[in-house]
Amino acid sequence: MDFFDNIFTNIYAWLAFWLHELLMGWNLPKDVESALVSAIMIILVIIVIILWMVLMVLILIWLERKNAARIQDRVGPNRVGPWGLLQPVADTIKMLIKEDILPENADRFVHTIAPMIVMMPPVLMFAVIPWGKGMVPVDLNIGVLWIIAVASIGTIGVFLGGYGSNNKYSLLGGMRAVAQMVSYEIPQVLTIVPIVLMVGSMSLVKINEAQSGWFGMQWFVFAFPVGTIAFVVYYLSALAEVGRTPFDIPEGESEIVAGYMTEYSGMKWALFYLAEYFNFFIVCVIGATLFLGGWNGPILPGYVWLVAKTYALVLLGMWIRMTWPRFRVDQLMNFAWKVLVPIALVNIVLAGVALPIFKMIGF
Amino acid sequence: MPVDYLPILVMIAIVTAFAVIALTLSAMTGPRRPNPTKLSPYESGMPPFGSARRRFSIKYYLTAVLFILFDIEIIFFYPWAVLFRDLGWFGLSAMGTFMLVLLIGYVYVWRKGGFEWD
Amino acid sequence: MESIPFYFLAALAVLAALGVVVMRDPVYSALALAVVLTALAGLYVLLSAPFLAAAQVMIYAGAILILFVFVIMLLSPGREGDAPRGALKWQRPLAVIFGGALVAQLALVLLMTILPTGRGLYTPEYLAQIGSTQAVGAALFTDYLLPFEITSLLLLVAMVGVIVLAKKKS
Repeated sequence: MDFFDNIFTNIYAWLAFWLHELLMGWNLPKDVESALVSAIMIILVIIVIILWMVLMVLILIWLERKNAARIQDRVGPNRVGPWGLLQPVADTIKMLIKEDILPENADRFVHTIAPMIVMMPPVLMFAVIPWGKGMVPVDLNIGVLWIIAVASIGTIGVFLGGYGSNNKYSLLGGMRAVAQMVSYEIPQVLTIVPIVLMVGSMSLVKINEAQSGWFGMQWFVFAFPVGTIAFVVYYLSALAEVGRTPFDIPEGESEIVAGYMTEYSGMKWALFYLAEYFNFFIVCVIGATLFLGGWNGPILPGYVWLVAKTYALVLLGMWIRMTWPRFRVDQLMNFAWKVLVPIALVNIVLAGVALPIFKMIGF
Repeated sequence: MPVDYLPILVMIAIVTAFAVIALTLSAMTGPRRPNPTKLSPYESGMPPFGSARRRFSIKYYLTAVLFILFDIEIIFFYPWAVLFRDLGWFGLSAMGTFMLVLLIGYVYVWRKGGFEWD
Repeated sequence: MESIPFYFLAALAVLAALGVVVMRDPVYSALALAVVLTALAGLYVLLSAPFLAAAQVMIYAGAILILFVFVIMLLSPGREGDAPRGALKWQRPLAVIFGGALVAQLALVLLMTILPTGRGLYTPEYLAQIGSTQAVGAALFTDYLLPFEITSLLLLVAMVGVIVLAKKKS
């Protein structure tokens, strides 16, 4: 099993070594050579991560359409490729050759830059995730805080999308989306504090290692009650933060058409759509990393465990989406401020008091 | 170390390039046949009237300020959580005082209806 | 080599700051401000203070910018320059005085750093060694405990203030 567990780290080491050998022939100075090798390796890793991300999201889109169809007693996409697997690819190509409509009096610059800003945060979060043993592209000391900070950039892009469209529905949708995202960011960020408390570090690698005991089953979700409560609060606020269906007020078709995306078409719309699924996928990955032990697990290689856990959370999210009716705006805000925030705060106090007591009785 | 953040810089560059290329490619391949109806902002089929940019309710402002206040509160939680073991009961009591004062504010906002959205 | 990113980020911050002042559309000004704040976060990273950088992005680029944008929407957005000329005549001399004071202060700081000065405790090397979060936490819970607790009072006052402002019965 070690072979499969280390296969990607070994490929990395082998490629770096090979590059090193290749550059030996050029008789470069020692430091220039090693800098060149690490630069090339960084670019390679980043490209692999981005490709991985796109692949995951294409699968996610296919899975969601198939799943939605099953729950609604339909068949779903089944024409393009086996089981309709190539449907997302066909959609991408279709989107690429669609007309890009800019409504009159709309702000061209803002209208164009908004989808690009929205797409940036989830991509930057992908870089700090430990995908397996020793498979972390960038191990930051402030890992968790980095994710939180980067996630907060997306709100401004959503607002710009609404503002730049010169459409009443767009602007209203953008404003509502921002209000919702910031409201749910509070419980989401608060609920990670107990995890940092238990580990004593914000590095995602350290958080993963702290969950590796008991044959990889010492996950924080089992650290009853603190970890369990934290996980539930995290998952609900994450679903709301990315605007999945029970919480999709900003895009509620029956009220404000498609919210901030109303006036978008073609590739710009595709970028918004892609960002939405990137976000959904990445919050599930983070949930799996922080609460479900990340790549820890018995027998199977680490990366398989992480992907399996992520897809478990993804399927749960899809199930919730398909079976729950949409909240009203006031219910949504109340749920964040009056239910999730107090629970998260009490949870922090609980963790802060329980941890020293556990330590005193030698647990 | 600042060097650790180099891959992130590379990532920003590559993703920006991806987005720019995708948008240019679509601008090149997509048709461009505008007409007045297509370009008018969508308002459920009615001819649009008035400006889209109008004044918004103060409740958005209230949400934003509360968000900032809680965000600042949260940013203080993280150094405390990281140093929790070293600080021990002293840190817990210091943080408890901090939280208590904010709890007063939280209850005040709740009682005054600051979390109501209507 | 190490100063290239510094000059890049510094130039970006200064240019974007100019943009904040020069832009006619308030939303564009807010957007330029976001660039300034993010560039500053980059500078903090260069100084081995990633905790500060993350806080900067989270609170300034994430939260305060949203507040600015909401205030712009609250006041009804419009392009600048609609106000009649000379409406605020007394502003001009005040602007000259305060602007001059700012320039003098900046010049003073610049002179002080060009002249040889001692380095403080929290140099980038020291921060890189013990970790910026740990450094902030250690300072916060020892020397700066009182300011830290007073911050909570400040936040409380702000909460009361916003409720009084926003929930006034009309």
